[in-house]
Amino acid sequence: MAEVFFFLAAIGALAGAIGTVTLRNPFYTVLALVVHLLSLAALFLLLRAEFLAAAQVIVYVGAVMVLYLFVVAYVGGADDPIRPAGSPGLRRVSGLFALVLFAELAIAVLGTGLTALGEEGAGFFAGYGTPKEIGRLLLTDFLLAFEAASLLLLVAAVGAVVLARRRSGLEDPRELSVADLFREKQVTGTQTDAERGTMLEAGGEPQR
Amino acid sequence: MSIEWYLVLSAMIFSIGAGGVLVRRNPLVLLLCIELMLNASNLALVSFARAHGNQDGQIFALIVMVVAACEVAVGLGLIVAIFRRRLPIDVDELRELQG
Repeated sequence: MAEVFFFLAAIGALAGAIGTVTLRNPFYTVLALVVHLLSLAALFLLLRAEFLAAAQVIVYVGAVMVLYLFVVAYVGGADDPIRPAGSPGLRRVSGLFALVLFAELAIAVLGTGLTALGEEGAGFFAGYGTPKEIGRLLLTDFLLAFEAASLLLLVAAVGAVVLARRRSGLEDPRELSVADLFREKQVTGTQTDAERGTMLEAGGEPQR
Repeated sequence: MSIEWYLVLSAMIFSIGAGGVLVRRNPLVLLLCIELMLNASNLALVSFARAHGNQDGQIFALIVMVVAACEVAVGLGLIVAIFRRRLPIDVDELRELQG
């Protein structure tokens, strides 16, 4: 029975992956990735990673993919014609590279001396992969990784807000540089910083 | 099912993602292809955790998920900033990095 579920999920995962790479419309690309991620969650369940499967569905399919869909809708990717990159020769080389990469990985996996890989997997205890066990490990053995991940999430959230905020009060958004974000803003009249303290300032408001 | 099947599937997904990064030029789709590669590595990590019978690989996969979420947040913020500046959303056109 597990074989049937594995092949169903594997076909779903591969179809989703191929759809992600080949579909033209970014909207459908995101939906193909959703199929891929759901299939991967099924594979995680087969590997007794129950908490990871739930996190995959909730975090990836529920949150991250919805974020993608919002950005696709905002940017309007549907009417954006996607031309294939580079020349046809470059594309052929890219496909060849992917094939060679797969061959290398397959040789590494199948030709390994690790005999445990050819089996069903080692025995597991009751509660393997449940939220309780994962939570216990995160707060004992992997506390440093847990804290680092929380710090990384904070930095990424702040970075996303800084990058995507609306720059109001600026005549041309192109003129904003990263240095401006950290410089204290001095807004007096219509004079620019370069004109302050010069004879132009004594002459009154510049004509614009 | 033996663990090798999962690892070969993971290698296939990773190769597809790597090929997609090379072929596509829309940064949104590039981010999605990077997600494919990260998920392939997640599958391999969980498979190895199953092969060993302990859960360390699952913790590793969970942290990879966190890193992927951070990458998505920053990447999508960049794409929105590019769109606001009326620049072409195309990685071949965006060659110059200027402050």
